[in-house]
Amino acid sequence: MKQDNKPAKRAKPRPSAKRRAQSRREFIRSSVLAAGVVGFSLLGFLPVARGTSLRLRPPGSIKETFDEQQFLASCIKCGQCVQVCPVEAIKLADLDEGFGVGVPYIDARAQACDFSCDGLQCVLACPTGALTHELDYPADTRMGFARLSRPESCLAVKGKGFRGQARGPGFTGLLRYEEVDRWNPIPVADHPYDLELCDLCVRQCPIEIRITQCAAEAAEAGTENKARVAAKIGNECPPRHAIALEPVEGGDGVMRMQPVIKEGCVGCGVCEMICPPDPAAIVIDIHEITDMAS
Amino acid sequence: MSYVVESLRQLFGAAPHKPDKEEIGRFASEVHLYKKANPYSKADFEIMYEEHGSGSKKWRNRRWATLIIVNLLFVVSYFFDIQLLEGALTASRFVGFHMADLNSALQVVLAYKHIVLNLVIGTVTVFVLWLLLGGRTFCAWACPYHLLSEWAEMLHLKLVKKKVISNHTFDRRVRSLFYIVFALLALISGYTVFETISPTGIISRALIYGPGIALVWVGLLLLFEVFYSRRAWCRYVCPIGVTYGVVGLVSPLRVRYNVKDCHHEGDCRKICLVPHVLDMTVKGRSAHMNVDVSADCTRCGMCVDVCPTDSLNFVMKGLSKKQ
Repeated sequence: MKQDNKPAKRAKPRPSAKRRAQSRREFIRSSVLAAGVVGFSLLGFLPVARGTSLRLRPPGSIKETFDEQQFLASCIKCGQCVQVCPVEAIKLADLDEGFGVGVPYIDARAQACDFSCDGLQCVLACPTGALTHELDYPADTRMGFARLSRPESCLAVKGKGFRGQARGPGFTGLLRYEEVDRWNPIPVADHPYDLELCDLCVRQCPIEIRITQCAAEAAEAGTENKARVAAKIGNECPPRHAIALEPVEGGDGVMRMQPVIKEGCVGCGVCEMICPPDPAAIVIDIHEITDMAS
Repeated sequence: MSYVVESLRQLFGAAPHKPDKEEIGRFASEVHLYKKANPYSKADFEIMYEEHGSGSKKWRNRRWATLIIVNLLFVVSYFFDIQLLEGALTASRFVGFHMADLNSALQVVLAYKHIVLNLVIGTVTVFVLWLLLGGRTFCAWACPYHLLSEWAEMLHLKLVKKKVISNHTFDRRVRSLFYIVFALLALISGYTVFETISPTGIISRALIYGPGIALVWVGLLLLFEVFYSRRAWCRYVCPIGVTYGVVGLVSPLRVRYNVKDCHHEGDCRKICLVPHVLDMTVKGRSAHMNVDVSADCTRCGMCVDVCPTDSLNFVMKGLSKKQ
């Protein structure tokens, strides 16, 4: 390069003192802004680290016990799962859940997932696979696991029946009762019960209902269709029971009927929603999914 | 300097390039010399403003209508369950077609470290859409925070005029810093950190699914903009703007400046969200007769509306007649 005979590059005039003070202030201000905004965004880690953002998630959520990182990362926070749910069970978390803001959850006591969409619509709607598309049927999912947390308030344990609206007249939760309307869920409050012994958690369990239907279909099918029905087992026919009312010996040596959770429980939360006492005797655990075969 | 290079420089916070004498074209240079020899008189400006009146609100009205309709479409679609536009601005389905906000998709991919087919389809669709429409057009024509921020700005300017407050500017390079930091945070932490505080996502979800405490954060941002720094979020922070700005690098839809009739009074720079893109409107800085406004421009059209001499106009490169 021949720079020698070129005039020296025009020296930039030194900015005025006022200008320099201005840019120094801008620099400090910008540093504070950067620290402030990034710092605030990182506060979102607190609820995640403390586990307060852990929730019952929609079917197919890619997560592990106590670790929702993959789920929170892959969710694009758009709420398409919310929009397709026929019972509006799915809600989006608020900012108090930090990095979990905008991520779907289910408050089972208020409105459980009753699978009345039949085909896991939320899973189909998810654009990112945060709800894994590998699920096809309700029985494939494992959102959580039911637990009889307050046996002392369970009506069956007390040997009591149940009459009336399961959660009182003001309850807005929905359930699909196939005998009432095959396609549309109705308010639980519009469907009073009259039971000699309360078995609502078993009676309304979507897995148990499906098993009963499949058994009826199998009985009707006769020998020639047995093969076709058998093929459905393990697919839309749940392979394992989820809950049953069984006699269990209490601490006082007396046998009482009690809901017993089986391996096939998917944690949909219908039992928690329908349970008449307040707080519910049966709840969904999202942590303890290991004590399955109790 | 090429359009792409200059746009990139401006997007990432550099001061606009001031063309040297040698870089200024022959015709532009003649115009500059002519204007120097025959400066506009006070009477010229009076005539100019008389003819222009108080300016039109054509583009602003069209833009506000579009922005409101886009966001209402989400709300109405869910409310009436008509499945026209499902989801929120971060990701949606428009009559069944996947759409994904480019920045949200980027954050998810960085945090999740997998690429999902539906997300690729949605991202490409949205990329092509904003490529045709001008990149940061997303900001001015679709982002709900932009509209709220515009209203906050009106208030801010009123207060500044009354000398109740003064505006505080930041170093524009801080937005590049935010862009890098949020990308790294997503990659390292494995969480979509920026989504947590993105007012665009928060407002979009609040409109569709109902309000929550996340709106308090949006309120704080707006207060900051009213009382402390004009349009601070969009100007100095938001990575979404940078992402769409990069798309706009190669977009044919731009605002084009013509130096011939320009009186260099600077009305356009006063109302602009990103006034550095209009640096060529300063007397003597236009390198050519026509100069395209850089990709950091949100194509909001306020300068087109306010320009008293019709020197700024939307063009579709390749479609408009060559001047």
